[in-house]
Amino acid sequence: MQLVLEKRTERSNTIALVSPLIAIALTIVTMLILFAILGKNPLLALHAYFIAPLTDGYSLQEIAVKATPLVMIAIGLSLCYLANAWNIGAEGQFLIGAVAGGWIAVKTQGTDAGAWVLPAMLVLAAAAGALYALIPAICKVKFGASEILTSLMLVYVAELFLDYLVRGPWRDPHGFNFPTTAEFDPVATVPLLIEGGRLHLGSIIALLVVAATAILLGRTIKGFEIRVVGAAPRAARFGGFNANQLIILTFAVSGALAGLAGMIEVAGPIGHLQPGISPGYGFTAIIVAFLGRLNPIGILIAGLFLALTFIGGEQAQITMKIPLDVTKVFQGILLFYVLACDSLILYRFKLVFPNRQVARGTG
Amino acid sequence: MELVEAIILAVLAASTPLLIAATGELVTERAGVLNLGVEGMMIVGAACGFAGAWLTGSIFIGALFGIVAGTAMSLIFALMALGLAVNQVATGLALTILGIGLSGLIGAGFVGERIKPAVDLYIPGLTDIPLVGRVLFGENAFVYCSIALIIGVWWFLYRTRAGLILRACGDNHVSAHALGYPVLRIRTFAVMFGGACAGLAGAYLPLAYTPFFIPGMTAGRGWIALALVVFSSWRPGRLVVGAYLFGAVTILQLHAQGWGVGIPSQFMSALPYLATVIVLVLLSRARTGGSTAPAALGTVFVPDR
Repeated sequence: MQLVLEKRTERSNTIALVSPLIAIALTIVTMLILFAILGKNPLLALHAYFIAPLTDGYSLQEIAVKATPLVMIAIGLSLCYLANAWNIGAEGQFLIGAVAGGWIAVKTQGTDAGAWVLPAMLVLAAAAGALYALIPAICKVKFGASEILTSLMLVYVAELFLDYLVRGPWRDPHGFNFPTTAEFDPVATVPLLIEGGRLHLGSIIALLVVAATAILLGRTIKGFEIRVVGAAPRAARFGGFNANQLIILTFAVSGALAGLAGMIEVAGPIGHLQPGISPGYGFTAIIVAFLGRLNPIGILIAGLFLALTFIGGEQAQITMKIPLDVTKVFQGILLFYVLACDSLILYRFKLVFPNRQVARGTG
Repeated sequence: MELVEAIILAVLAASTPLLIAATGELVTERAGVLNLGVEGMMIVGAACGFAGAWLTGSIFIGALFGIVAGTAMSLIFALMALGLAVNQVATGLALTILGIGLSGLIGAGFVGERIKPAVDLYIPGLTDIPLVGRVLFGENAFVYCSIALIIGVWWFLYRTRAGLILRACGDNHVSAHALGYPVLRIRTFAVMFGGACAGLAGAYLPLAYTPFFIPGMTAGRGWIALALVVFSSWRPGRLVVGAYLFGAVTILQLHAQGWGVGIPSQFMSALPYLATVIVLVLLSRARTGGSTAPAALGTVFVPDR
């Protein structure tokens, strides 16, 4: 007796709907086992991860703050993945965006520059992120170089470039030799939504991006082209859609969104440039994109959920001394389960009895 | 002359993990499977390898731990990408994310610990030969192992029937299946071999390169190994050339930093990554006549029954 996959004649819509929930449930079961192995009370740990952050206002705001870059990056990545273009270097585009916009903030520091500073920073960050993402896209379209590898290599380059800037020319002279720029001026800072809170304007921008993308994908020809090129490349060719052009477009958009997210993160919650401005947002956003089924609304929900795991992970570290790496393990396992459950939309399991195969002479 | 010798030794030391990991991935990809999780398998191999060596005091057992860990990681990939027909790119990324988390968890207790690194071979007489003795007969076991590995893989792929069948699975899985070969089983073995190599390559880092473990110590070497396989056009001979070239670039930038050339160290450190991008572009461009990649690379196969 053997368990094998069999292609479904039609994709299963029921499973498409419940598969993220099954994946989350399976992940939580796996995590309970992992907590037990680590010698922690599994139920208390689960509470620290998923319930405790939802019970106070500060943590709730913090979840929205963390979800903001995740959702923005993941929306861009989802466009790439829908068009079958594999941008995995969002982390680098995030950093380059922050650096480019941060340049304005550093240069206008202490001057009487007006309210144009923040908008200029955001625009420049988006442009720089897009340009940085265009490097792998053009290498792919013009030369056929794997965009997966080139976009990832550029992450390391961006990290080193940021490191150079904050240790070298942009280092705060009054910063006690710490590798950081001076705190940005108020005009170079993303305004808070609630006085004294954590929630900032960036979250509104992220919501606008979600809405705009939902319209783009659902209601416009461009959105249709993106979906067809990814889902049915042959049909797209017959339809006269230009796949290369779409690779360039989706990479540019996702780079711009990642760059914008980087700027908002730096000009918002962080307030200055330093190494390690991202705890791996660019990579976690890949999980967000898949968990959200590459759908804008799904990504919004998935982004909030993964932000919850970041906050929960921090709380669990403080209250229960659970290592922070558990959060990464959790995210990796979650992505595995999401992908595995998605497989069941197209395939189903079937029991095969070997004696039937022998009869056919293939055993 | 001593400087040349020192540079060659350093290049060999830097190239060996790339060569081992890329050799494994080459076999995996020749069977038609694109496992992007090399970085994840390597870093888990590094953590487990160090843990094994620290607990037992034996480099050999440490290396075995690394191999087993890498293989175990690759089995997760095989289960997903082959068993459940999941997109291989996404699965490979998931493997890397999981691997980085797991290695941090496993290695947390060992950060700051040191071990005695792998010893260099010493054969009285041979190792003392001027000029070539130290380079040829004075390396550690990992270096000889990497060379034996790539020769073995070349022989297997081009001189054995099993190798021919493996390549057939990579070029046309439908035909291979029609001829009665168990495509998924063969691919699973290829993926496991890739995982074992990645685990060994990862273990090399804390066992022979630096005698301690730090989180994230693979620093993108798994991704560079993937690029090397593309660089090699999926051929073992070119893989050796590529691995040593990249090792040379790494050493060049380290030395340039040491000589105090007026370039900021971060720019020099970015060199291997930039070189990877440039090489990928140049090679892909030169290859416009037709792809040399295994024809079925990265495609899902669900056998028709």
